[in-house]
Amino acid sequence: MVVQALKDQGVDTVFGYPGGAVLPIYDEIFQQNDIRHILVRHEQGAVHAAEGYARSTGKVGVALVTSGPGATNAVTGLTDALLDSIPIVVLSGQVPTFMIGSDAFQEADTVGITRPCTKHNWLAKDTAKLSETIHQAFHVARSGRPGPVLVDIPKDVQFASAAYTKPEKANTSNYQPQLRGDIEMINELVEALETAERPVFYTGGGVINSGDKASALLRELVDATDIPITSTLMGLGAYPASGKNWLGMLGMHGLYEANMAMHDCDLMINIGARFDDRITGLIEAFSPRSRKAHIDIDPSSINKVIKTDIPIVGDVAHVLEDILKVWKARGRTLNRAGIAKWQDKISEWRKVDCLKFKQEGRIIKPQYALQRLEALTKDHDRYICTEVGQHQMWAAQFLGFEDPNRWMTSGGLGTMGYGFPASIGAQMAHPESLVINVAGEASWLMNMQEMGTAVQFRLPVKQFILNNERLGMVRQWQELLHGERYSHSWSEALPDFVKLAEAFGAKGIYCDNPDDLDDAILEMINHDGPVIFDCLVEKHENCFPMIPSGKPHNEMLLGEASTQGAIEAGGAVLV
Amino acid sequence: MAALKIKKGSTKHSAYNLRPNFSDVQETHTLAVVVDNEPGVLARVIGLFSGRGYNIESLTVAEIDHTGHHSRITVVTTGTPQVIEQIKTQLGRIVPVHEVHDLTVEGPSVERELGLFKVTGGGDKRVEALRLADIFRANVVDSTLESFVFEITGAPEKIDAFADLMRPLGLVEVARTGVAALSRGPA
Repeated sequence: MVVQALKDQGVDTVFGYPGGAVLPIYDEIFQQNDIRHILVRHEQGAVHAAEGYARSTGKVGVALVTSGPGATNAVTGLTDALLDSIPIVVLSGQVPTFMIGSDAFQEADTVGITRPCTKHNWLAKDTAKLSETIHQAFHVARSGRPGPVLVDIPKDVQFASAAYTKPEKANTSNYQPQLRGDIEMINELVEALETAERPVFYTGGGVINSGDKASALLRELVDATDIPITSTLMGLGAYPASGKNWLGMLGMHGLYEANMAMHDCDLMINIGARFDDRITGLIEAFSPRSRKAHIDIDPSSINKVIKTDIPIVGDVAHVLEDILKVWKARGRTLNRAGIAKWQDKISEWRKVDCLKFKQEGRIIKPQYALQRLEALTKDHDRYICTEVGQHQMWAAQFLGFEDPNRWMTSGGLGTMGYGFPASIGAQMAHPESLVINVAGEASWLMNMQEMGTAVQFRLPVKQFILNNERLGMVRQWQELLHGERYSHSWSEALPDFVKLAEAFGAKGIYCDNPDDLDDAILEMINHDGPVIFDCLVEKHENCFPMIPSGKPHNEMLLGEASTQGAIEAGGAVLV
Repeated sequence: MAALKIKKGSTKHSAYNLRPNFSDVQETHTLAVVVDNEPGVLARVIGLFSGRGYNIESLTVAEIDHTGHHSRITVVTTGTPQVIEQIKTQLGRIVPVHEVHDLTVEGPSVERELGLFKVTGGGDKRVEALRLADIFRANVVDSTLESFVFEITGAPEKIDAFADLMRPLGLVEVARTGVAALSRGPA
């Protein structure tokens, strides 16, 4: 019944790990060929892989885990998906209903543990309602603001049989988020758009979650109005990096021109982003002279952090469609002279060239490694995952994304160990594409057991490790905030990554010389199979630009020289 | 606040910022939340308050529609206007939550609470307790030669006042139900 429900929901791939309490479901999986099961090496890997699958396809990702430790290991992945609004369904086994509460072997209060880290969860106590519950789970995961859901299924419920409910018969009427925006508010936004002198679009992951149509409409609106656009980490790819109005990513490690535009604008149009603290910096000084419009499908995102002047609750694609319709009907008015002046100002900021670095000597700069990776892979059909830390920010700065769903990264939760299993999920969904996980050596080690999965299922994922033998971002904060006392932020006793790859039956490549880098990257791309690329980079490179905690957008640090005394005691308590 | 025209029962409209937001004034609001009566739904609501650091001053819950399996949770909470708005929209996100009403801004409402008070002692104090109970229209639901149990219903302030008066008269134990509330008028 579970497998039938998954099939009817269009599931073709499940990431999971068997155990006592899910054996009946595994027995069903064994006896069919429609759903492919990918055996991971740790349940956290299963959930991240499902996230990678979901993010790279726009479909719902599915993970299957056993009771007790299986379910608790899934918690990090669930929380990650909740913070980044990724639609996934996790099915967990549970001890039989008559044993619940008896501290049975591998029993955990899974529904209790996962309640705050899922969008919704169910304990399926009744086989007659199981199939309907699974359909409802898929509905909740993908509707409105997407997110993770969990269905906990006791073993006796798995064994029992009952009548099957088809997806179209399942009752989902209770949860129907509003898609269309309020037309009065849309009119108000269009009026503001027509007169704004210094408008800016600030877009987020919501555009990507809304679907391809949302990205297409966003591109149409930006190109028709010539208004500059920046995006959060999660929203990269919704507007192409090669587009002429693209400012680059904003936020703590965002580009100078993007953050300055946010600070100085007179109209900010937030589309599917949530004013995260990595974006706003010091809230009191956040974009002080602008009217702010906020389009979000989740009413609780609006006015949560930043006061909004024009709030619009609705789905991005629906709202953008209405905005374009209204704006065109009113005669496509814009303050073109004002915007042209604004574009000139932005060009000046661009000249600061905030990402500049010098590749010299025998040591590879991490920025250079990513610049070369970009140059050598940008024409490929490419999906990029990352772990968390400096390499993640450099990847966001130096890699260009032309399309949505091409970029998988842990934004909200910042989960080290996310990228490798996510790359497995993305590769499963796109077997012919080039899937690269840009990693740091420390993050990568957190889920390195998934190398077994990659080799077993012949998934040619490329693990591009920028190895600085440090927890680079921790080290950077210790340098700037904690008096250069580098407490436990170096990677001692690292494995030989080439030998490690070989031990798993994969290919390892080592590179520590800038002159060899291009050839080594090409060797990685051209190898048909999983590769661990150990790229030894400069150990003490800091990630700039940086808005220190507790500072506004216009007080960015641009490089080493500007860091002296830049962060006051008040900022040090912020993360 | 009375001048604000907020459509009744509209959680969605709470995103439209109709009240002076982001002020530091602490306000007390009574929220009525209609939910599916399913296992764990109260834990979801309470978990939201504790997880996000909101206050609960009073909370009552009971099934109100046996056939539809709906329960009504009445929660009294305190916070700045921004926090109150957040609480309402966050409650609205919970999947088994059907409606969120802010009775404090949606118009006049009645609030009632039931309290049980055990008062011990003899002599003048015992007589005075009985006399005050009469003034407050509290009923004696249990009595011994040394004690009374009074039952009182009313707005929370009335019950607070009664408690203050009983304290010097030998109050030993209190049980209160928390607030149940409904809007006034036909709708």
